[in-house]
Amino acid sequence: MVQLEPIAANLWTNEAEPALIGGRLPSGKIVFPYPSGDAAEGVEPWRLSRKGTLWSWTRQDFQPKEPFEGPEPFEPYLLGYVELPGEVIVETRIVDAKLEDLKLGMAMEFVVAPFDATRATYAFRPEKA
Amino acid sequence: MEDVYIIGAGIHPFGRTDGRSGRDQGVFAVRQAMADAGIDWADVGCAYGGSAAAGSADIMVNELGLTGLPFINVANGCATGGSALASARNAIAAGEFDVALAVGFDKHPRGAFNAKPRDYGLPEWYGQTGMMLTTQFFALKIQRYMQLYGISRETLGRVAEKAFRNGVHADHAWRRSPVDLETILNSPMVNDPLTKYMFCAPAEGAVALILASGKKVRELGADAVKIASVAVRTRPPGSFEVFAPSVDIENGGKPTILASKAAFEQAGIGPEDISVAQLQDTESGAEIMHMAENGFCKDGDQEQWLREGRTEVTGKLPVNTDGGCLACGEPIGASGLRQVYENTVQLRGRGGGRQVPGAPKAAYSHVYGAPGLSGVCILER
Repeated sequence: MVQLEPIAANLWTNEAEPALIGGRLPSGKIVFPYPSGDAAEGVEPWRLSRKGTLWSWTRQDFQPKEPFEGPEPFEPYLLGYVELPGEVIVETRIVDAKLEDLKLGMAMEFVVAPFDATRATYAFRPEKA
Repeated sequence: MEDVYIIGAGIHPFGRTDGRSGRDQGVFAVRQAMADAGIDWADVGCAYGGSAAAGSADIMVNELGLTGLPFINVANGCATGGSALASARNAIAAGEFDVALAVGFDKHPRGAFNAKPRDYGLPEWYGQTGMMLTTQFFALKIQRYMQLYGISRETLGRVAEKAFRNGVHADHAWRRSPVDLETILNSPMVNDPLTKYMFCAPAEGAVALILASGKKVRELGADAVKIASVAVRTRPPGSFEVFAPSVDIENGGKPTILASKAAFEQAGIGPEDISVAQLQDTESGAEIMHMAENGFCKDGDQEQWLREGRTEVTGKLPVNTDGGCLACGEPIGASGLRQVYENTVQLRGRGGGRQVPGAPKAAYSHVYGAPGLSGVCILER
């Protein structure tokens, strides 16, 4: 099996149970992703929770134009927002689920998922009971 | 501040006009607005205008005439028209000019907008992984709203059905045939829960408005409507906006709520005084949510409002009487001014088959766009 490269560096932690990397502002507010450039000043990297609840969702049914780089042929995919309690609500791909499975407030967990033949991206999936 | 009036309104039909540039459509609209106002280009003291994808507005002087007037280009995304209008109004209210032009035009390629992450200060992966689409934002916002407030898919469909029905009577609309509810609900899904017929499409078109001081209105004996207020606002903390990789857990305000409140305060009236409203309807869900965000109903009441036809042309609060973005398409630079054009038509009683009955006295328009901004204008007769 080929090792998939992360779609971007420093998006999630490199460890056995990886997690998204957010930022903690001096005010205590948590943001995602970790800011770049001058906006990163004073922002502490913050390992985000691996568990949260579904805040909203949809399915992408048409092939987006560039800059989308998903594999051909196009397959519809799920995406949404997951609320990480006490931290922040993050936008994410949703995997291992069908549209009709998704319900407001359901428990979700973080996972690194294949994006194309060579790259991985982050996602959430319904938490396994 | 001095009162400011709209004395001329011109529009180039929305939709697709092959062989005519966006700016030429703008010139067409300006000429129509001047004819409507009964003035010449030499009478225009200053001008504000712009487009998102069809170039600068000030080059219009090549066609309109080299009178030496100050012509300010406006580039403010979806609020380009609203910002041009606010600036033109302020120039007259300040007493510097008696006649001003606000113009917006556009011409977009076919298909959904494809924004570049860098233009919005976002990382490349956000676009590469397919999460940076405006259509997704609208679907995600209404999906949550439907769950929280019990809005049905049928209500989403009714909004689109009304839009196409109203568009039949608007000369400037793009889609001018009715589409039945069944067809709307069963058309291909774009982003669940929104189908193809529930979305507006990027398009072409232009709108021009001639503004004047009270003195000029009397001098011309113009068929004028008063600009009671204009307010443009950007997003407050904690609001959920388009192109957001994350959202604050503390739910904050919304740019629409801020702009609406400011516009009502400035005008000294409330939502109950409005007789016709044009609300941003990028898709069906937007119109529903914007009814509440602008203060016209409570969250969740839309289900009943739509079922009872309260937002029809003959209803208690007619909404999007020319079919809105759904029937007219969305040329970004012109879209906000189209709403003000339509309200001018309604207050002057020139709406024909889509005229709101009973001589409407106060008309409300609301535009919303990326990256979280909103413009509201209230007109009075």
